[in-house]
Amino acid sequence: MTRLSSVLAGGLLAALILSLLLGSVPLPLERVLGAIAFQASAGDQLVVWQIRLPRSLTAAIVGAALGMSGAALQGLLRNPLAEPGILGVSATAALFATFVLHFRLATAGPLVLPAAAVAGALLATLIVAAAALRNRSVVTLILIGVGLSSFSAALMALLMNLAPDPFSLTDMVNWMLGTVANRSFEDIAFAAPFLLAGIIVMLLTRRGLSALALGEETAEGLGLNLKMQRLGVIIGAGLATGAAVALAGSIGFVGIVAPHLVRPFVRYDPARLLIPSAILGALLLVLADIGVRLLPTDNELKLGVVASLIGAPIFVWIASRRRLA
Amino acid sequence: MSLFVAEGLTYAVNSEPLVSDASFALEPGALTMLVGPNGAGKTTLLRLALGLLKSDSGRAMLDGQEVTTLAPVQRARKIAYLPQQRPLVWPQPVQDIVALGRFAYGAAPGRLSTEDEVATARAIAACDLEGFEERAADTLSGGELSRVHLARALAAETPLLVADEPVAALDPRYQHEVLRIFSKAASEGQSLLTVVHDLSLAARYADRLIWMKDGRIVADGTPRDTITSDRLKAVFGVEARVNAAGDCAISLEILGPA
Repeated sequence: MTRLSSVLAGGLLAALILSLLLGSVPLPLERVLGAIAFQASAGDQLVVWQIRLPRSLTAAIVGAALGMSGAALQGLLRNPLAEPGILGVSATAALFATFVLHFRLATAGPLVLPAAAVAGALLATLIVAAAALRNRSVVTLILIGVGLSSFSAALMALLMNLAPDPFSLTDMVNWMLGTVANRSFEDIAFAAPFLLAGIIVMLLTRRGLSALALGEETAEGLGLNLKMQRLGVIIGAGLATGAAVALAGSIGFVGIVAPHLVRPFVRYDPARLLIPSAILGALLLVLADIGVRLLPTDNELKLGVVASLIGAPIFVWIASRRRLA
Repeated sequence: MSLFVAEGLTYAVNSEPLVSDASFALEPGALTMLVGPNGAGKTTLLRLALGLLKSDSGRAMLDGQEVTTLAPVQRARKIAYLPQQRPLVWPQPVQDIVALGRFAYGAAPGRLSTEDEVATARAIAACDLEGFEERAADTLSGGELSRVHLARALAAETPLLVADEPVAALDPRYQHEVLRIFSKAASEGQSLLTVVHDLSLAARYADRLIWMKDGRIVADGTPRDTITSDRLKAVFGVEARVNAAGDCAISLEILGPA
């Protein structure tokens, strides 16, 4: 592990512990630590293990998945403004989740909703991967992603338009805003295999991302198998992003901002960017979730809303400061 | 046996032939330049030779093996490629860009074997880039950047280097500097194949010229044997005066369109 990753991991650990101290029941540090070690009262253990820890871990996992997916896609598409959902994965996952909420299928079981989101993500990933096998141009892939996103958004709007009652409409809107509140270890366990597979595939393709920094033609000349490289990143980022959307709904901008902040510290190398981007993404989202809980608002703010409020101005700042065309 | 042999390479897009029946061989230690007007098929021929495009018929053999059957990494250890478009997106340091030349040997920036480090340092020295190692790519001039890309290609230390217009858009001094690096590499045993548009530079530095027009190789030989005013008129459509008297390098003066 590099020094940068170690520092970020230390920060992440501190933020996770801090996040466990916050909540409607005041719990001091020693009682939280006692509960983690199963040395505290049953009540304390319940609060920490059933409510706070799953929530904080979900924030960290989602942030890590989005941070690494963003870094990998930015390397593949050679664009610092690419985000994890650029190939249509997030929007298609959200569409499938909205479908479940619209037809009230979520009552069938706790995992119906995340399963639908993952299915949507897999479908979008398959479509884009099939296109990558047939097509040489990366611009075509982006356009297919834009098309998938627009079509999914249109169908989601239709489902909302036809919402059977105000409650299901509220469900759909709330899900889309993105939150990690009330998540359980079952949710995490369901998403974990997709997430792990995605991260492993992305890490396997990372050396090729370095070669792509010099352009696709040069990278091929260097001995990169461009087709396999594209497939790897599309599938890896698709799985990880799909798992993130299944866990938390749509959370924007972490996947753009985390890689951007890390890049100067890894000498702008797209390969060395992946792991620190994941850790920073996790840290940012855990901090944002702490912020959500501290802000004294009547309705608790949704994590996705806060992430976008902070992330969008940073996005504009990144776009206006690009150094190379 | 020749290092590289192309036999009857043919490639068409939508039944429009871009390269037709191109055959040539490359020997170690020679600087071969590919000349011809825009649209003659030079870049396509280079990509066919590299195996990045699959020819409709004919074959390209490297050390007796067909290039399209080689794994990308195997091919990259034998042919380095310097394409015409060299777009950078990240302001990476020069050292890391040159080190990517070692990609086919399993290297990556920050993960170099001793052998990779030595080859990278040698390429940086050959292109006169010592002291630039930590400079960010976006702080370099066009001339410096083109030497960085050339160093990247040299770092692979391949028997064959293929370059597409390496001196386009460079001022005269940098053009000569780059071609001198090519000459030196050839004198050290490397085989180089490069597209050059400036015929005076070609006449001066090439050991051999391959002339292309309309997708076909129309002449192949030393500058002295192949640069004639008739050929310049036939291939490029220009009126030119060629001075090939004496032992010194031949020179030419282009007077205008024929």
